[in-house]
Amino acid sequence: MNDLATYNFAYLDEQTKRMIRRAILKAIAIPGYQVPFASREMPMPYGWGTGGVQVTASILGPDDVLKVIDQGADDTTNAVSIRAFFQKVANVAVTTKTVEATIIQTRHRIPEEPLKEGQTLVYQVPIPEPLRFLEPRETETRKMHALEEYGLMHVKLYEDISRNGHIATTYAYPVKVEGRYVMDPSPTPKFDNPKMHMSEALQLFGAGREKRIYAVPPFTEVVSLDFEDHPFEIQTFEKPCALCGAENVYLDEVVLDDRGGRMFVCSDTDHCEDRRAHGHAGSMLASTQHQRKEPAE
Amino acid sequence: MSAVPLLKVRDVSKFYGSRIGCRNVSFELYPGEVLAVVGESGSGKTTLLSCLSTRLMPSSGMIEYHMRDGQYRDLAHMGEAARRFLMRTDWGFVHQNPADGLRMTVSAGANVGERLMAVGDRHYGNIRASASDWLRRVEIGEDRIDDQPRAFSGGMRQRLQIARNLVTSPRLVFMDEPTGGLDVSVQARLLDLVRGLVHDLGLAAIIVTHDLAVARLLSHRMMVMKDGAVIEQGLTDRVLDDPREPYTQLLVSSILQV
Repeated sequence: MNDLATYNFAYLDEQTKRMIRRAILKAIAIPGYQVPFASREMPMPYGWGTGGVQVTASILGPDDVLKVIDQGADDTTNAVSIRAFFQKVANVAVTTKTVEATIIQTRHRIPEEPLKEGQTLVYQVPIPEPLRFLEPRETETRKMHALEEYGLMHVKLYEDISRNGHIATTYAYPVKVEGRYVMDPSPTPKFDNPKMHMSEALQLFGAGREKRIYAVPPFTEVVSLDFEDHPFEIQTFEKPCALCGAENVYLDEVVLDDRGGRMFVCSDTDHCEDRRAHGHAGSMLASTQHQRKEPAE
Repeated sequence: MSAVPLLKVRDVSKFYGSRIGCRNVSFELYPGEVLAVVGESGSGKTTLLSCLSTRLMPSSGMIEYHMRDGQYRDLAHMGEAARRFLMRTDWGFVHQNPADGLRMTVSAGANVGERLMAVGDRHYGNIRASASDWLRRVEIGEDRIDDQPRAFSGGMRQRLQIARNLVTSPRLVFMDEPTGGLDVSVQARLLDLVRGLVHDLGLAAIIVTHDLAVARLLSHRMMVMKDGAVIEQGLTDRVLDDPREPYTQLLVSSILQV
């Protein structure tokens, strides 16, 4: 008897999947609207992607190819364990290559490689309510969404500018979906906001602890909120990726030693590896390989 | 004053179960007119104000408001979205406790600017300029624009609340004991300020107060309430100088003479 026999396909029972699929369909029908759903206990703590895992489990089929990323990387704890989880409970094919995946579950990044029609991006969302820290009452925020009262969202941006001289929100940057609902894009860097706009892929958002699902269907308008005299801007980096030389990608800072040595590398590991495989090299590529060899010698 | 009333109130009653909040209140309010509602605690003043400002649904009666498009609309039959829009554009509500009417954790500038942003203003420079202008008009130093109201004194908070309400140039402002809890010298300056603003902007206002001195200073007309009903109304000076009802006489004679 193998391990699979003890689980239903993709862990959740069929009734639960059905309930979640209904929520997903409703979410797709009303882009940006937070649909409540009966979130289940998952074999992982809240905050580790219970919402994203439930959404993925509900849409996953035997023919799907799954990719899981955490902060852009395929090899971090969260990504590795969720990928292993679905290999075990669904026996599904997995990949680290963005182009090969049909479903990509992500925490805090959108892949650099533009997504294609037929792909689905599943976000893990900690706090789905963009108005939460401005108005703590859920009864009131739901009313504000219903009546499209979004002045408060700009109060937050106003405060940013008055304190820092510019909009200092760098992640979870609020967006307006299809001219109607204001939505939290989950804690992705604002660098990724433009990728959501008119994306060919379906984007699903699952918040397990908060019991909400929302969606951005393919080819949907997603506009980052801003002021006329302080327009929305994405982060820029002074240097290209130190390993693959990519420009106009989101970089992570990696501390190399305790003497102030550091490098900036692609946060999207698949993108970086792919570029290196195609012969691109950054300024520190050789030196890091050299350093890695040293202990073995 | 215009010949068309801004607000028409007919037989408004509010019952809390078998208890009476207010009973058969009728009046009309004209543009630019300040009406004071006075009476002791529990006389139904605040209930009436809540009914008028759509915070409470009256049990019976009708309240009609003269919209900017010239039509009278029954407030009870307006949708919630339209009512809330009215609340933050054409109306203002000054609470007794400024903490109820302000956002204590965002700066003074954002407090004043919130209504502008709510009606679609998306230019930071313009919003900040109006906020700064309004702070000056309510005598708050422009260097305090980035401070939170938590750092303000009671009188400053109340002035900030007034600025926040007036920034969208409302036509009707409700005030619930606007000077309650302030010491007399601060009260005097606040009253001076409110009187100036009401006069300059041509605001209509309904002020609920138990302080007859406030009513005399600010209002043109006055209603005296007791046990939920209006027992006497008329020009403020007439009511205070020549009270007809025994209860009003008692009220007027209870004013402390210093």
